[in-house]
This record gives sequence, structure tokens and C-alpha cells, in this order.
Amino acid sequence: MVKVFQAADATDLVTELRRSFDDGVTRGYEWRVTQLKKLLLICDNHEPEIVSALHDDLGKPELESSVYEVALLRNSINLAVKQLKDWMAPDKAKTSLTTFPASAEIVYEPLGVVLVISAWNYPFLLSIDPVIGAISAGNAVVLKPSELAPASSSLLAKLLEQYLDSSAVRVVEGAVTETTLLLEQKWDKIFYTGSSRIGRIIMMAAAKHLTPVVLELGGKSPVVIDSDTNLKITAKRIIAGKWGCNNGQACISPDYILTTKEFSPKVIDALKQELEAFYGKNPMESKDMSRIVNSNHFDRLSKMLEEKEVSDKIVYGGQKNRYKLKIAPTILVDVPLDSQIMSEEIFGPLLPIITLNNLEECFDVIRSRPKPLAAYLFTQNQKLKERFALTVSAGGIVVNDIAVHLAVPTLPFGGVGESGMGSYHGKFSFDAFSHKKAVLYKSFIGDAAIRYPPYSTGKLRLLKALVNSNILEIFRVISGLS
Amino acid sequence: MEEVVDQSLREMRDTFASGRTRSVKWRKTQLEAIIEMVKDNEDKMCDVLFQDLGKHSTEAFRDELGFVMRSATTALNCLDKWVVPKKSNLPLLFYPSTGKVISEPYGTVLVLSSWNFPISLSLDPLIGAISAGNTVLLKASELSPNASAFLAKTIPSYLDNKAIKVIEGGPDVATILLKHQWDKIFFTGSPRIGKIIMAAAAEHLTPVTLELGGKCPTIVDHHSVSKDMKSVVKRISGGKWGSCSGQACISVDYVLVEKSFASSLIEMLKPMIRSFFGENPKESGCLSRIVNKKHFQRLARLLNDPGVQASIVYGGSMDEEKLYIEPTILLDPPLDSEIMNEEIFGPILPIITLRDIQESIGFIKSKPKPLAIYAFTKDENLKTRILSETSSGSVTFNDVMIQYMCDALPFGGVGESGIGRYHGKYSFECFSHEKAIMEGSLAMDLEARYPPWNSFKLTFLRLAFREAYFKLVLFMLGLKK
Repeated sequence: MVKVFQAADATDLVTELRRSFDDGVTRGYEWRVTQLKKLLLICDNHEPEIVSALHDDLGKPELESSVYEVALLRNSINLAVKQLKDWMAPDKAKTSLTTFPASAEIVYEPLGVVLVISAWNYPFLLSIDPVIGAISAGNAVVLKPSELAPASSSLLAKLLEQYLDSSAVRVVEGAVTETTLLLEQKWDKIFYTGSSRIGRIIMMAAAKHLTPVVLELGGKSPVVIDSDTNLKITAKRIIAGKWGCNNGQACISPDYILTTKEFSPKVIDALKQELEAFYGKNPMESKDMSRIVNSNHFDRLSKMLEEKEVSDKIVYGGQKNRYKLKIAPTILVDVPLDSQIMSEEIFGPLLPIITLNNLEECFDVIRSRPKPLAAYLFTQNQKLKERFALTVSAGGIVVNDIAVHLAVPTLPFGGVGESGMGSYHGKFSFDAFSHKKAVLYKSFIGDAAIRYPPYSTGKLRLLKALVNSNILEIFRVISGLS
Repeated sequence: MEEVVDQSLREMRDTFASGRTRSVKWRKTQLEAIIEMVKDNEDKMCDVLFQDLGKHSTEAFRDELGFVMRSATTALNCLDKWVVPKKSNLPLLFYPSTGKVISEPYGTVLVLSSWNFPISLSLDPLIGAISAGNTVLLKASELSPNASAFLAKTIPSYLDNKAIKVIEGGPDVATILLKHQWDKIFFTGSPRIGKIIMAAAAEHLTPVTLELGGKCPTIVDHHSVSKDMKSVVKRISGGKWGSCSGQACISVDYVLVEKSFASSLIEMLKPMIRSFFGENPKESGCLSRIVNKKHFQRLARLLNDPGVQASIVYGGSMDEEKLYIEPTILLDPPLDSEIMNEEIFGPILPIITLRDIQESIGFIKSKPKPLAIYAFTKDENLKTRILSETSSGSVTFNDVMIQYMCDALPFGGVGESGIGRYHGKYSFECFSHEKAIMEGSLAMDLEARYPPWNSFKLTFLRLAFREAYFKLVLFMLGLKK
């Protein structure tokens, strides 16, 4: 029988974890590495169960589960284990003449007890990847997986309890009630993956305790296609990045396409051709795509398709099966810019193409919308690439590919504006859960009288020399010789 | 006022959209203009700081004017380096893709400054915002009205006033400003207001940097620094009373010392204070005054607590009309008194005695994380314990306040003392979005990336992701299953 999680439970949980943290349980290198290696064991020993849970929750194909969740996690853990000593070492900082003689460094310290709230679309990746960061940085952590992926949530709770040190790492399952109770507690950091709407609620709750947050949100990630691109590869990458990644239900999914009126028919043909090559003539039967997560989201997507002035713009797909929670890969052309499908993040297998008279116009279209998590461009035009990278504001930009930057540990992954704040992956995860404490070691040699009252014009003169870097004067001053 | 804000925002957004503030040349011009503004108006600035806070011109220069000029100069000298995209090494798996990180300005940012260092706490964040290529609205504090008026009048004649704007006013103006969407908010002030700012920012998912405060403890381990005790006392005194009369976020708030040394310490502090301010500090001209009646009354209330009164061992005199409080030392005021539970922000120094200096760690941990911890000690063991067992924005050994001047060190708090950091390169980063850029090649393609899935592709990708390249090659050659 499942015990109902109440306010007292939330308080007790945080108190207990704080005690563990204060006792120093999580600080040592050994503990952190041991926990990370245990996470690796979970990946090694339980992949079939993970694949099965993901199939239950999302109809996710084995390859996606195995590669885009488990394999990515394995890499993330291995990198952390390999680099942890380096990451934990203080950074030397340069001191200047004004603080001479001194040495300075930046010490990485854990924040304390942190909360990770995960999402339903990549339930293992988006739960464990932040937890890897939290543990590497030496924190105690509570994970709240999404209730919309119940099999995954339950498996995560079971596995983390079985393998990790439960005096410092815990899972709380539940929905709005449990999350609200957790958010009332004082955390030293909150890491949230999800929607912008909930992101606001999280940040508001965090404000009550001055808790810093990382919010990995979403948005409408545009794909701009230039007519000089290799269309076959472009189409394949868009399809793999959209329908091949949880059937469009991903934060960095290509949301809509921008291309010229002239080039659009070629784009549509290429997409149709490759879609058939990937998923056959009957994509509704294909086992290589996740299904829609639940009937709420199915209805949301259906409504988008059924909207007046949208339903007649479908040029491919459009089939739906509510019972099976399936919608075929669907392409639409030139839906109204104020339609639902062009106003909110689609998060599904629908791909609108908006045609422009001139590719130049793409900048205005993108700029007129909230900043997305990712923006994509397919082109061979060097100038266009540079302009795009420089002027399109998004969490991250990928040229000539889709979504791959998520797998690169040396690039910070995060949003800007509506798509979020903060970043992680690789060392950025370690940094996200650390406080970089500035440490200055000063000696007693040389106490410049100019620092102290009583003040005089003479002292003022010397101070000015210091500021103006009058080297000779400075040396005389700070060595107390002046 | 609403209209003024709306119009200002619109203008700043248009300016940002035009791309003007992105150019390095524009940013450098603005930074040069700031330096020029300070140089041209040194006397005026010292004047307003004297009017608002009774600051001596040397203190004003040291803590504010000189600091701002150095900050702007550093930014000018380093900007070319800071704006260069940082190349990222990509794992072999992604060859021949390339990756880099570009620092991109957030857009239109809001800087809310404080009254105690009204010039530097306004201009320093401004320097950061400008270096990073943003348009910025500065609201100076109404509690330093002369400085605020000076900035509002002078900045427009030096800086690009379609990109950099100043607004004056108090909480009512701040409330109007916070209703709008900003791309970043930078706030210096109290934790209480910090929470309000962050909650307002949450409505628009605006990232914030909050430079707050706390009770900065100063540990005096007399065993290990006995030879240098005169220096210790000088630095503590200078740090407490020599900078805005204790009204600084990184002020020495209270001292922790072993009981056996407390009276010696006090007997050394007394003549030090006299050497700084003479027999009559009120007339010395070197001691800033309390900013206003409200803060004076707040401090008077802290001091008038009977338990606290009884603990006064030096000073204690006050003059409400002149907003003057004498440098005051307390010995072991009650730990549950208000003065030991809120940031003092004034010229009163409690000395808390411990049986053993090691207890200072536990004492500090029992309070919210401060902006700075100061420790006078040469004991390596104690240093290690302080670093690893306490948490604070920063730690400075054997000095006070000076970490503020070291712009290679990030300046910011943790927990109750704040979120985010700035100074030097960190100011530039504070106002930038670090945007990842990845470029793939259209020339090479890997079939295994694409559906329809099969076990070959699965194995291939598994090996590829694991970077088990040798095994991958074997697999491809059919020599491995």
C-alpha cells in the first residue's frame, strides 16, 4: 500500500538529507564516484527493464531507449567519473597589484540539498543526467520523476533506492500535490525540466527561499532550409530529429520549417520520400516511432489539426487513432501564423512548413516569437551560417543537423528567455550544482597606509596612482615605502 | 511614470534590435565615455557622496570612483578577448562537426542599484551590461538622492541615451519596472527585497543576479597571528569603520575570538579607532554618516536593547540630527538579540567570545550563508576547516573587504547572500547568454542514424556512442557480432 506523501514527509525528507549533507556524507570524492559507478551498474544491469518501461509509457522503440537514453547516460556517467578529480580541483585565479601580495583561487563547493524535477518524454535521461551533476558536485538530491511516465517513475524509484545511498539520494513519486509540497521546502538548488508555464511556478516558489534554479524549458524550434542545401540529407536529419526522437515529443524537436515558396515543393517531396523510406507506406503501423504519451496530449494535437484554416493545409499524413494514441507523421503548408499549431510548442508528430518570399524573412519570423531552445539551419552559405549564429537568439544553434548538440558534453545545453535559464551537460552539470567560492589568501606583508583613515590629499594622490597603474608609484605605495 | 517606462523600454528594445549595441566599437566607446565621465566629474561625484553619506573624498575615490575607472579600464582592455567565441572540443563520434560557444547579450536589462555605494554599485553593473552588448535601464536608489540625481543628469550626456537610460525613484517606480518583461535583472540590496525581485522576475522567466548581504563574520585566531596582531586590528578596523561606516554588504559584521584574548583585542581596537578618527570621530570628517533617519533609528533600536547596552565596551554615543553613531564595540551581546540576528549595516562591532577558536565553524554554520567570511589565521588546519565546512560567497584569509578589488575573483553570494556573480570577466558573463553553436557536415552521412531500425543499427550506435571505435570497426567488418 502506497503511503500518501504529506507536508510532514517533505519536511522530514529535507531534514534528513540536510543532516546527511552536514555530516559530510556526500562531500568526499570516494562517495561521489561510488554513487556514479552504481548509476553505471543500473545502466548495465537493467537496460531491458528500462527499455520495457519506456515502451509501456511511451511506446518508445528499443533503439531510441537504448541509444538516446541509456547510452547517453552511460557516457555522461563515464565522463563524470573520469573527470571528477579535475572538476573538483580549485581553479587558480590571478591577483592584481591592488591586492598584492595575495594568491587567489576558486573553490568548488556543493550547494547542499537539491531538488531535481524531471519530465515524461525522456524520463530516464532527464532524471538521471541532472542527478549525475548533483552527485558529482557533492550534493544530497531528491528526484521527482514525472507521473505522466508512471512505469519509468516507478522503476527509477526502485532502482535508485536499490543501488544508491538513500541517506543522501531519494526519489519522491507523485504529481501536483507532491510537487507542491516539495516546492514549499527550502532547497539549495532546484533543477526543473518541463514547460515554461510550470517553470514560472517553480521559480516563484524558489524565490521565497532565494533558491537558484536551472529551468530547462522548451519552445518552437524553427528549421530554416536554404535552397543550396543537400536536400536528401537535410530531410533525413529532420525526420530522424523529429519523428525519430520520441515522435516529436522532445524539447529540441524541429517544430516548424521556414523555407522559400520556390523551394518548398522540393522540401515536401524530399520529406515524403524519406518518411516513406523510414516508416513505410503505413506509418501508423510502424514500430519505429513512439506513440503520443496520453489522451490529453492526443486531444491537444488533434485540436491543432482540426482548427479551421489548418485542416485543409495538410499535405501528408493526418491520420489519427485515439485508441492507439497514434498520429501519423503529418506535414502542413502555410497554416495561419496565429493558429494554435503556430502559437504553441507542438510537441508531437506535426510539422508545419511556412513559406517565405525570400529566405531573409526567416529572421523576422523567428525574432517575432519567444526565444526557442534550439534553432536549426540547413545551408552551404557561409555568410548565412554566420549571420544566423550571431543574430538568432536561442538556447543553442545547430547548422546542418538536428538535436545532436544534446549529446555533446562540451557544449552547454540550456535555454534563454522563454526556453529557460542555466545550462548543463558535461562539466556544465557539475558547475550547475556547485557554488564557486572565491578564496583570497592575503599575507601580512605590506600594509598600505593609504587604505586607512585619517584620509588626506596625499593618500588620495597615491590611490589615483594605483588606479592609473603608475607602476613605479604603485610599488612604492604598496610596499609601504611611500 | 508608466508611460515613461513604456517608452524607454520600447526605445531600448528598438535600439537593441538595430544591432548597434552588438558592435565591439560601440561598447568600447561607451566604456571610454564612462571613464571620461568619472574623470570629468570627480569633484561633483565626491560632492554628492559627501552629501548623501558624508563620505570623505579619499574614501569615495578608493571605494567608488577609482574602482569604477579600473573596472571600465579592465573591460576596455579585455573586451576583445571576452567576445571571442570559445571553441569546444567535440568527441570523435561527432566528427567532422565543430562546436563553439558564443556570448550573446541578453537584450534589454534592468539594473537596480543600492544607496551605500551609489556610484560604483550603479556603474559597475552598467559596465558589465554594456560590455556584453545589452541596452540597460538603471534605477539608482532614492536613499542616495544626490548621487541618483547626478547619475540621471550626467549619464545621458556621456552615454548613448537611446541604449542606456537612468530612472530615479523608490519602491513605487521599482514596482512599475518589475511588471515589465526584462531580459535580465541585476539587483543589489537586501535579501527581503531580493525575494520580491525574484518572484517578479519569475512571471517573465527573467534570469536574475541578486547581490544581497548577510552577517560577515571575522575569525581572529590569536594563537597563530600574534606576531601580526597590529595588522589584524588595523585591517578589521579599516574594514568595519573605514568604508561607509559599516554600511557595506561585505563589512565586518562581527568578530569571533577566544575568550582569553578578547580584552586584549578590544584594548588594541580602541587606540586604532582613535588613530583613524581622532578623539572626536564626529568631527574627523573621515567617518561616513548613517544614510538616513530610518536606518539611524534601526541601529539605535539594535543598540538600545538592554542586553546589548550592557555589552558596550567602547563608544555607543549617537547623534540623530547629524546621523552619527560613534564607532562602537560590544563584548558578548546576547546571541538572541536582534543585533546578532540581522545584518548590522552600521558602525557597531560585536565581539563574540568562544572557548576555542575551532567553535567559530559551528557558530558560523548556525547562521545563514554570508557574502564573505574573514579569517585571520595562519593555522592551515583551521583554514582547511573553514573552507570545507562553511559556505559563503567568498572567504578571505588575513584581510577584509579586499576580495572586492580582485577582479579575477567572482563576486557574489550563495543561499541568503545571493545568486550569481560579477566583477571582471564575470560581469561580462553575468549579462551574456552562452549560446552553443554546432555545425555538422552535409558531406558525410551515417546510415545507422536513420530508421527503419534493426539490430545492426542498434549495435552500431551502441558501440559508436560508447566510443568503442575498435570494436565498431570489427563490427562493420563483420568480425564481431
